Order: sequence, then structure tokens, then C-alpha cells
Amino acid sequence: MQKIGNGNHDPLIRIVKRAEKTRSQILLLRLQAVLISLVAGGVFILAIGYNPMEIYGTILSGAFRSKMAIQATVKYAIPLTISSLGVTLAFKMKFWNIGAEGQIIAGAICASYFALFHADWNHWLLIAVMFLAGLIGGGLWGLIPAFFKVKFDTNETLFTLMLNYIALHIVSYLRDGPWKDPGAAGFAKIARFNKNAALDKVFGIHIGWMVALALVIIVYIYLSRTKQGYEISVVGESQETARYAGMNVKRVILRTMFFSGAIGGICGMVQATGSDITLTTSVAGGVGFTAIIVAWLAQLNPFVILIVSSLFSILEKGSGVVQSTFGLSTDCADVLQGIILFFILGCEFFIRYTFSIRKKGGEK
Amino acid sequence: MDMLIKFLVAAVLAGTPLLFGTVGEILSERVGHLNLGVEGMMSIGACAGFMTGYYTNNFILAILAAFLGGALSALIYAVLTVTFFANQNVTGLTLTIFGIGLSNFVGVLMISRSADKTLKLPETITAQMRGIDFAGLGKLPVVGELLFSYNPFVYLGIVIAIATGYYLQRTKTGLNVRAIGENPAAADAAGINVTVLKYVNIVVGGGICGIGGAYCSMIINSGVWISDNVGGLGWIAVALVIFAGWKPVNALYGSFIFGALRVLKYYAAKSLFPFPNAFYDMLPFLITALVLIISSVRKSSGAHIPASLGLNYFREER
Repeated sequence: MQKIGNGNHDPLIRIVKRAEKTRSQILLLRLQAVLISLVAGGVFILAIGYNPMEIYGTILSGAFRSKMAIQATVKYAIPLTISSLGVTLAFKMKFWNIGAEGQIIAGAICASYFALFHADWNHWLLIAVMFLAGLIGGGLWGLIPAFFKVKFDTNETLFTLMLNYIALHIVSYLRDGPWKDPGAAGFAKIARFNKNAALDKVFGIHIGWMVALALVIIVYIYLSRTKQGYEISVVGESQETARYAGMNVKRVILRTMFFSGAIGGICGMVQATGSDITLTTSVAGGVGFTAIIVAWLAQLNPFVILIVSSLFSILEKGSGVVQSTFGLSTDCADVLQGIILFFILGCEFFIRYTFSIRKKGGEK
Repeated sequence: MDMLIKFLVAAVLAGTPLLFGTVGEILSERVGHLNLGVEGMMSIGACAGFMTGYYTNNFILAILAAFLGGALSALIYAVLTVTFFANQNVTGLTLTIFGIGLSNFVGVLMISRSADKTLKLPETITAQMRGIDFAGLGKLPVVGELLFSYNPFVYLGIVIAIATGYYLQRTKTGLNVRAIGENPAAADAAGINVTVLKYVNIVVGGGICGIGGAYCSMIINSGVWISDNVGGLGWIAVALVIFAGWKPVNALYGSFIFGALRVLKYYAAKSLFPFPNAFYDMLPFLITALVLIISSVRKSSGAHIPASLGLNYFREER
């Protein structure tokens, strides 16, 4: 016989839900987590024989030390912000879109087609068409998992993950085959875009930053002020409730995933035509994955996304300087990012729960 | 014929790291935890195994270190998702970014501190890794090369896969594990220690992934350290779990099939199959996507996703 039930005596340590915390308490808790993680990161830096304060200082100053450094930092933040906004739409609906990477690539492919084969068009017309192509390409790529989700309830986390790699290999196919640059002397790469197909610059940075800022506002308004945004949150809360309220849940899922992918596609267009000025297999380069973390960290708030993306970019740009100054690899940005995130992931727990330790005699 | 044997041997060799990753991830997913950190855990295992081999010159120690590295990184994931209810997808992705970063970082650091600015495993350990001498069985025609020509990792992987399959399908603990994956609240009510079994499965699973990582760093590049040496195999392993229907024994042939797909482009007669290389690289993911769709269309088939996959279990809310 198996012992049935173990509720008759409490375990030594129990987890209990705690009363709602105020916003400032939550903020304080998160700041503490970041602080502890910086200390932990410092211990790591110390362990490999460097001075943590010196490394942290270099990261900060490295991101801001010159006009060019600031421009580079902003350039890192653009794709991260845009793609985080993209996944936010899906996440709000509790649709686990891990496929931003693929949606970015799909958008970049579609935009690149016009950059490569219609570079003679009027500049602004061409940019507009490329923008639309990126938007639609990414949107359609996002629509695929949504279609199978509503039709057959296919697991979207795993399916979007597969689509990332399918998109990636489409780029390598184009690179090795039909879009191979004949002028690259045997190297398999796609030709650099004509200047006419490159994004213009404002303040020395391609206009992607204006796109990103505009999208922050658009997504904020869309989510919090429109009927469609309301539908997204209801479907995210409970599909039953949404159905009861007479919403067409399938249509909401399809529409939202189109937009989620479309924003990813815009990111791909901006990266290919603004930053790389060509299409490569690294056009997304992991941004789609980092975006998931950023969106989650920012609690799906578009303005906070902007802040978190900027902080990540400082870390990214700054560790490039750490590399040139101390000879450490840029991977230290990823290590620090990881440590910080682990602590924040852990700290979320204490916002909602607390441990209660059983006292002797079973009394609490 | 000769070509065919060479192809099959190459398929097994290419499939072995996937086998470790897949079996490890199956253990974790069976208790309901979708760990997207396979690539990260494999990277940490790759680094721990390689560095230990480099300094101790001992193959067994290297394997143990790889297991430990993978297990410790999985422990981070387990603490965060099992005890702290952190979001599984976000935690797993973070583990991947962290793991790849840490592995590359340590690699570059060690290279900069080595005398000749490269890291190459010493001769003794590469000899230990080369192959097991089955009292001359390897000399047999056809079967000799096909069955007895591999490095110890291959046999270790097969043993682990079969043992894991036995554990999950035939032991009482395995039954409990499967119960947790389907419905943790019911399992809890039946007196199964959900938390302990979740921890054990996730951590051991991570350790197995770590050994797969060591295969990447120690075998694939002939004992020379390079950055990003897992190179996306962890993600294919996540895909393979679906293909294998969450069963370790299916992972066995699944990983060799995927291995075959990975090397197919070097062996396939291009006159018969005039596909570009990118198509062959895409194939594992394309097939997995199709498997996902087919298995969700036929809900009743035995190979279905553990019902609680991706959901954390909080006792007080059951």
C-alpha cells in the first residue's frame, strides 16, 4: 500500500502566498536583486583575477566615452527594442512565441529581395516597399505557428523554435545559391546593398532608432487603448472568458501573431538595410532570443522595454571595450547578463511568495 | 558498400552528441520542465570536460567533470523553476545565453594564458578516447567497423539511453516520474515526492547533456578548443525530443537518423538528390515541425507531450 496523502503534517519549510506588495516595494526588491547579481558577477571577475570595479567602470565608460561609442550603443538597442515589442504582443496573449529570431530573418529576406533586385527605384518608394515587405514577411512567418495552434493546438513554443532554424537555412540557401554575389570571388555571400537601398542616417545613426521609438508608442497605445489590445489581454487571461464575452478567440490569436511577427519582420528589415547593408545568416544573431528575456523582464511594458534594452546595450557595447582593454572576450557580457537574469528570475518569487519555516510543535 | 558503411559510421558519430542532449532533455521534460537551456548545459559540459581533460590528462575525470558541469547548470534551472516558480522558457533561454557565454569566455581566457596560444588535448587522452579494443572484434569484416569502431562516448551514450528508457518505462520511480509529467497534483496526492523527483530528473538530465557537450569539444574538433563548439546541436536535441516522442529508446535511433541527415550532404549522390546543402541542414527542423503537427492532429497517439510540460507546480494552488 502506498501512503496516501502527506497533508497531515506540514513539511519543515513551506511556501505561502504573500499579500500583494506595493509597486515601490517590488521595485526595491528588483533593485536589490540587480545589486546582489552585480556583487555575484564581481566575485566571478575577482575569481579570474581582475578588479570588478575596474571592469564595471570600463563597461560604463566604454558605452559612453565618445560620440561614436554612444552611437554604437544605440545601434545595439534598436533591434533589441523592436523585437522585444514584437514578442510582447504574443506574450500578452500567453502565446509563447520563441520565434522572433525566425520572424526577424523572414522580414529581412523579404526586404532584401527589393534591395537586391529593385535598387533603381526612387529611394523613398524603395524604402517604403522594403519596410512593407519586411512587415508582411515577418507577419506571415508568425502566422504559420498561429494557424497550427488554432487549428490543431500544436505546441507553439516548440513549433516557433523549429521555424527559427528553417528561416535561418533559407538564408544560407539564398546565400549559396540564387542570391550569391558573383563579384565575391568564390566566397558565398550576398552582395552589399546599393546605397539607394540603405536606410538614411539621422544624428549619425540609421533611422531605425526613430522606428523603434515610434513602435514603443504605437505598441503602448495598441495594447492599452484599443479594443484589439483589450481582446489580447482577455484572451491571455482566459480563453474561456474571451469566448463567453463573444470574442472570436481564433481570430484574435491569428491577428495578434501576425502583428507580433510583423514587428519582428520590421526589425529584420531595419537590421539588414540599416546596420548590415546586406543579408547574412547572422541578421538576427540571437537578438530574437534576448528579446524574449527583455520583454519578460520589462513585464511587457513598452516603455520599460526601451529602458531594459538600453541597459543590455550598454553591457554589450561596454564589454567590447573590456575586450580591447583587458583582453577578455566579449562573452563576458553574456555571462554577466546571465548572472543578473538568474537573480532577477529568483527575485520574482519573493514578490509573490514567501517561505514559512515550521516551528517546533507544528505551530507556525 | 564501402561507401554505405562509411556513411552509417559517420551517421552514428554525428548522432552521438544529439543522443546525450536528447536523453538528458527527455528526463527533464518527463517531469514537466521544458528546459530550453540544452545548448547552454552542453556548452558548460563541453568546457568542463575539455579543461579537465587538458589538465588532468584523464578521460574518465573529463567525463565526470562534463557531467558535473551540466548537472550544476541544470541545478540553477531547477532551483529557479521548481522552487522559485520562475518562467521555464525565460530561465532556459537565459541558461543558454549564460552557458555559451561562460564556455567561450573560459576558453578564450585559457588560450590567452597558455604558452602557445592554443588549447589542444594531450596525446595520452586522445589515445584513450580513440576507441575501445574489443579483443580484435573491430577487425571483423563489415560488422567490425559498423559495431566496434567507435570512441567510448558512443557506447556510453547507448548504455545511458537504454538505462534511462528502462528507468522511465519499467521502474516504479519511472512510473512516478511519468505521473508527475502528466499531473503533478495527482502525483503529489498519491504521496509521490514531486519536488525531489523533479530535481533529480532535471539535474541528472543536465549532467547527461553535459557529457554530450564534452563530445563536441573533445571529439568533433580533434581535441582542439574552439569557441561555440556545440554549434546549435543542443537545439537539434530539443527538436529530437519531439521526434522521439519523449522516449529515450526512440531517441537512440532518432539521433542516429538525425546524425545521418547531418552527414547526408557529404554522401548523397548529388545526381540523384540535387538539393542544396542548406536543405539538408534544414531537414531535421523541417521534419520535427511536421512531426509536431502530425502528433497534434492525431491526439490519441501514444507519443504525446507530457500534459504538464512548461507549467510549474505550486502545491497550495492545486
